Amino acid sequence: MGSMVKKTMKKGAVKAQQVRSQLQQYTIGIAGLGGLGSNVAVSLVRAGIGGLVLVDFDRVDESNLNRQHYFLSHLGQKKTDALTSILKSINPRCTITTYDTKLTPGSMDKSFHSVDVIIEALDDAAMKTAFIEEIQQKLPHTPLVSASGVSGYGHIDRIQIKKMGTLTIVYDPDAKDVEDDILVAPRVNLIAQWQTNIAIEVLLGEHQ
Amino acid sequence: MSITVNKREVEWVKDETVQELLKRMKYSFPLVIVKINNEVISRKKYSETIIPKDATVDVIHMISGG
Repeated sequence: MGSMVKKTMKKGAVKAQQVRSQLQQYTIGIAGLGGLGSNVAVSLVRAGIGGLVLVDFDRVDESNLNRQHYFLSHLGQKKTDALTSILKSINPRCTITTYDTKLTPGSMDKSFHSVDVIIEALDDAAMKTAFIEEIQQKLPHTPLVSASGVSGYGHIDRIQIKKMGTLTIVYDPDAKDVEDDILVAPRVNLIAQWQTNIAIEVLLGEHQ
Repeated sequence: MSITVNKREVEWVKDETVQELLKRMKYSFPLVIVKINNEVISRKKYSETIIPKDATVDVIHMISGG
């Protein structure tokens, strides 16, 4: 009995090591470091991702702390800098490249040419739409994981995965726009983690 | 003759544009991603892109928040 338990643990440990060393070879680009992007980044670094490309122009504001992975000590700092220091304190071996810049239509793909998967983690619907259109046109072979409908709380069963070629969207078609609803940590983070999970599946070749 | 829109089978209309299809389906959301046979159609081309026979069309509406 004792030896069986030991054997099972060993198998698990081997698999864990395999997954980490696979993830170690890949880089993921994240557009937007708010409620979605900051939580995706933390989770990917914990999982052992080799590199991250982080893009955001914003600074940490007190209103962000209800859902975004920052602390009071980061208020006023650039999100790219604040998040890098957090990620480095989790795993200093992850290679982090940051762009403290606003994504502008026409050059939205610029920072993402050498990444293996792109996470769309923007907040504004018009920007999300423009980003998806441009990335899918310019980098049609790069898997893109997006999210739409994160506001509110509850209604987890409404969230669905829409997979259309290289584009996957974590989607709640019945969610309200943030103008008419609130953003709360669990639902935003849940969708961020769902995006992260899909990105890992894509990298490990298991996303159907 | 038919097309598939968000997994629903609907009638194919000859020379129908993306813009006309969105109207016919009563999709009134201001911001959508439209994919025809897995290819993203840019918003600027909704009024000139014709839906081909047997097309698979996905329409996702983008909602602010993140």
